[in-house]
Amino acid sequence: MSEFDKFPAAGNGLLDRRIFLRGSLVGGTSLLTARAVATTRESWMRSPGAPMDEIGEPSPHEAHVKRTNVRSTTGTTGTGVSFTPHEHLDGIITPSRLHFERHHSGIPDIDPDAHRLIIYGLVERPLSFSLDTLSRYPMISRINFLECSGNSGSCLAPDPIQAPLSFYHGLVAGSEWGGVPLSALLDEVGVKPEAKWIVADGADSPVMNRSVPLDKAFDDAIIALYQNGERLRPSNGYPMRLFLPGWEGNMSVKWLRTIKVVDQPAMSKDETSKYSDLQPDGSSQLFTFPMGVKSLIRSPSHGMSLDEPGVYQISGIAWSGHGGVRRVEVSADGGKTWADAALDDTVLSKNLTCFRSAWRWDGSPSTIMSRATDDKGHVQPTRDSIIADRSVGNFYHYNGIQAWRVGKQGEVTHVYA
Amino acid sequence: MSMHNIGIIIILNILVTAGLADELPDLGVPVDAETLAAIDFTVLPNGDGLPDGSGTAAGGAAIYQLHCLACHGEGGIGSVNDSLVGGHDSLATQRPQKTVGSYWPYATTIFDYVRRAMPLQAPGALSNDEIYAVTAYLLFLNGIVGEDKEINSRTLPLVEMPNRDGFVWVY
Ligand code: HEC
Repeated sequence: MSEFDKFPAAGNGLLDRRIFLRGSLVGGTSLLTARAVATTRESWMRSPGAPMDEIGEPSPHEAHVKRTNVRSTTGTTGTGVSFTPHEHLDGIITPSRLHFERHHSGIPDIDPDAHRLIIYGLVERPLSFSLDTLSRYPMISRINFLECSGNSGSCLAPDPIQAPLSFYHGLVAGSEWGGVPLSALLDEVGVKPEAKWIVADGADSPVMNRSVPLDKAFDDAIIALYQNGERLRPSNGYPMRLFLPGWEGNMSVKWLRTIKVVDQPAMSKDETSKYSDLQPDGSSQLFTFPMGVKSLIRSPSHGMSLDEPGVYQISGIAWSGHGGVRRVEVSADGGKTWADAALDDTVLSKNLTCFRSAWRWDGSPSTIMSRATDDKGHVQPTRDSIIADRSVGNFYHYNGIQAWRVGKQGEVTHVYA
Repeated sequence: MSMHNIGIIIILNILVTAGLADELPDLGVPVDAETLAAIDFTVLPNGDGLPDGSGTAAGGAAIYQLHCLACHGEGGIGSVNDSLVGGHDSLATQRPQKTVGSYWPYATTIFDYVRRAMPLQAPGALSNDEIYAVTAYLLFLNGIVGEDKEINSRTLPLVEMPNRDGFVWVY
């Protein structure tokens, strides 16, 4: 019996999270395949390395870490999706180049000097802002997730998709978003008392638009200019986008061009025809904005394999559009018993939170899963409970518990449990 | 900390915040009415934002054949992109079909969306009259208006969509 097994936490070998808190895994390197360190030099130690470069690229050995499931709607280019490869990632920040995409008619090539943001409608004075002038306003930055409301919707399919997790959970990512609080600009234009909503339009060819309640606009909305410390990338709205923490991604309008202040929502195509939630009785819920509490084991997950019985880290991300993650529990016996996972130090509201558990896999087939609870008390539901009262015509806002099956050979596959 | 101190801090905060508001860069440039009219794509369900012009389904058929048929199919059904017609009474079934006719709560959204986004490869190619006409044609194909019904900024907001009352606000 090793040091680890002194802390059983739940059935089928799940160990206590204090193993991480105490840093014991560091001391437990004997579990990792020991590799003799030779005193001689490896080939890359025998001459000076490569010179500096203006832009740091990932190691060529990591070339397989790419966005997946990159596809366009039939008959179009650039109307479609690309998925963040979470099965290869760790941590709460998604590299900008791997941030998922969902576009409705390609990525516009915007001249930042010619681009303007115009705020008008029910305001005292309609005003126009250039990128240069916006850059002079006091800015804030926050670390928040962004999730497409259709993320994970394919887990409603009758059979679990046998593909890496990014193929169904890849429409979520975490970034530091920096920019000007929208409230500062709304104060400057002077919002009239009868105003209740804003309508944001993009500068893409379909002039993508969404209506946003005015209280959200004043609360934590920003005109984002920066993502992860650099200017937005074109695929994420360069030179400026609306960013609404915690709310369905489609509302954070990219390539933001105008904001019209109005007294009612526009009932745009994307908020009625698309991002509304059909109910079994044929009615539809409109304006289901926050993304529900959710968690996802990234490792081990479909397509990976455990080499041999022994102790493994179960790690993943959890998030909630309602606030912060309070708790993540992990089960290694298909949901019969659960144990709290350790959360990394950085637990931020409306952001990805990393969780980690230690698990001694005894070599028998096992089902692992995770369940998140947020600081407002929302608990991640099971897939069965979601399906029970859902129309087959509603693909959006799926946040069911995800399960992985570890087989006899250690192979990991996607299962419903 | 005593109550006395808290009081002082609150007062200081108010002063600082008020001061900051005055110090905002205030760099927005006024926009004239002509520019506003040019960049305003928003049509509200009450018709606010609809431009002058008009059209009928009879006239819209030809515009549809020319600009829309390739992607949305004959009669608005069965091509590579969204079906725009049909699906009536399907929403509560095991095979719900959401189309302009079966699902959209407001007819104004058709004008709004086609003006901003369609035809996909050349948005902006249609005149307002043509957009009214093709809007009328989609309404006609869905059995919502007659072939000769004139659709304009006054009549479009009055069109009653079949699923008008199907949406429940949860915000
Ligand atoms: C090149 C192909 C193409 C052409 C031509 C085209 N469309 Fe579309 N249309 C699309 C695509 C793709 C979408 C979905 C866009 C998205 O993902 O947001 C769409 C969406 C729509 C929708 C929304 C459907 C829904 O249920 O949400 C309407 C309405 C529409 N088109 C009308 C038209 C009209 C009217 C024309 C002709 C003036 C037209 N389209 C021409 C490709 C096309």
